[in-house]
Amino acid sequence: MKFAVCINHVPDTATKVHVGPDGKSIEKTGVNYVISPYDEYAVEAALRFKEKQSGEVIVLSWGGDAHKESLRKALAMGVDKAVLLKDDSTRDSFGVARALADYLRELAPDVILFGKQSVDYDDSAVGIMVAEMLGLPSAAVVVSMEITGGTAKADREIEGGHEVVEVQLPAVFTIQKGAYEPRYPSLKGIMAAKGKPIEERQPAPMEAKVETITMVKPPAKQAGKIVGTDVGAVPELVRLLHEEAKVI
Amino acid sequence: MSKYQGVDYYNLDDLLSEDEILVRNTVREFVDDNVLPVIERHYEAGTFSMELIPKMAGIGLFGPTLPQRYGCAELNNVAYGLMMQELERGDSGVRSFASVQSGLVMYPIFTFGTEQQKDQWLPKLASGEKIGCFGLTEPDFGSNPGGMITRAERKDGGFVLNGAKMWITNGTIADVAVVWAKLEGEIRGFLVEKGTKGFSAPEMKGKHSLRASVTSELVFQDCVIPETNLLPASGGLKSPLMCLTQARYGIAWGALGSAMACYDTALSYAKSRIQFGKPIAGFQMTQEKLVHMLTEITKGQLLCLQLGRLKDQGKAKFNQVSMAKRNNVYHALEIARMAREILGANGILNEYPVMRHAANLESVKTYEGTHEMHTLIIGEDITGIGAFV
Repeated sequence: MKFAVCINHVPDTATKVHVGPDGKSIEKTGVNYVISPYDEYAVEAALRFKEKQSGEVIVLSWGGDAHKESLRKALAMGVDKAVLLKDDSTRDSFGVARALADYLRELAPDVILFGKQSVDYDDSAVGIMVAEMLGLPSAAVVVSMEITGGTAKADREIEGGHEVVEVQLPAVFTIQKGAYEPRYPSLKGIMAAKGKPIEERQPAPMEAKVETITMVKPPAKQAGKIVGTDVGAVPELVRLLHEEAKVI
Repeated sequence: MSKYQGVDYYNLDDLLSEDEILVRNTVREFVDDNVLPVIERHYEAGTFSMELIPKMAGIGLFGPTLPQRYGCAELNNVAYGLMMQELERGDSGVRSFASVQSGLVMYPIFTFGTEQQKDQWLPKLASGEKIGCFGLTEPDFGSNPGGMITRAERKDGGFVLNGAKMWITNGTIADVAVVWAKLEGEIRGFLVEKGTKGFSAPEMKGKHSLRASVTSELVFQDCVIPETNLLPASGGLKSPLMCLTQARYGIAWGALGSAMACYDTALSYAKSRIQFGKPIAGFQMTQEKLVHMLTEITKGQLLCLQLGRLKDQGKAKFNQVSMAKRNNVYHALEIARMAREILGANGILNEYPVMRHAANLESVKTYEGTHEMHTLIIGEDITGIGAFV
């Protein structure tokens, strides 16, 4: 069985990002990049499916050369093959989905996995768009799944509960934190990954459907205010919560 | 607290390869997830975290520079050093475990052992199924190991060992001890398995340092081992010293990890601790301390990195390893103490790692060649005059 995992290379969630001088992209210097955490669950899921029923895991990423770092990590975790759809242009979810779909059409995997969202722009869109473009069934926000023959049963997280769905393969799944806590790449895996090539492909030119106008950081938190230290402060506290903060 | 991001004031990552960075980041994450959550509890209880052994083995932390045919990763020395740095950011005891297993047990078996000994032990030591220890130091022979009194005598196609070793990391929990003893006046290495008659390894208690590590005595009383347990290629004091050079190399990197943990803690504490209406990081005396800490860490990183590159080229001299061990441990201890000062009274609490690192580094400064001995090793090298023999 052939498993494809699409991963994104994103700023580490622990990194403080700043808006760049153009006002619509982030300042990249001094930012640590990692595999988007939900995509890492997807890599882990694919590796476990492969271990259970054999097959091949191919990981792909759309972006610049820097994405090779994340592809390399996926190889070190045990993925068989890595492909970079090399494009340095500004990303647009539709354009990325189209580039991925073009390649995936040719690759024809049985299972296509994404993280439920990429933690940089948080569109939660690419995986589902790819499914639509390929005319494949999809299940989003999957916490665990089982593959039996040509079907997959996926446990989805929904508001206030879970939903179990069944789809015919090939199909697309977007993975949520759940059953697939990612493994550490072993030191042996890291050394083995050195020898595995990363295939580079030139996707069709990016066709952006959405243009970013501006990017701003949320306003800085203001220092707290001590209204008083005894019961006498309560009326004033209530007044401020009601009139200034407007929360009660 | 925010996630640890490492210390790299001089963009030294630019000097590292992709796989070296990946090794470091993997071990860093491993330590965040598996060591830091349990280490204070073990330190307080005076126990080694046995559950760490299979986890460490799982990602390949034992004997990682040895060949793949023994189940090892075949890392270069820089990647190995970075791994030690990250382990010691967790705790010197955890790094000690890996140092002993790798540099002091697997290395001598690989270097001085027979094919049969290598095949028997290395894969099991790499997988963590077996634990090893290294017996050189004796109660009365520390800096002067050549004076050791432990003896081996040939008897009925085997050897009889008599003597005692002290300060042996992992001794009590080890399945196999690499023991150095004099055979017909020459120091040789022997493998002694747990449970051999006449061999015991009681744990040493009452330590105020390296509390999350097992330290033991090894006692040999007419302990009979088969002839096949001699490491045949070992001979003379040079053999155990070659092992110590491996371990000291790892310590030089490890000490940086301790220092980084202390610096990182002190920096974030200083930025959030308010006195006299402003963060203490805004006071000149605090800034001087932080700058000193960071400068010494950066110098230590450069020392280790070049030493690792030399080692990979087969050009590193043991005296150079002495310089890195001596310098980095000295400054790591100084940094730990400075961090404790910046944290004030909070510095003594186990809510922060600095007091534990400071206490650990007191041992690290002395073991694997004391600060003083390393001074004299380098002194002899540059003057041509030995000051200790």
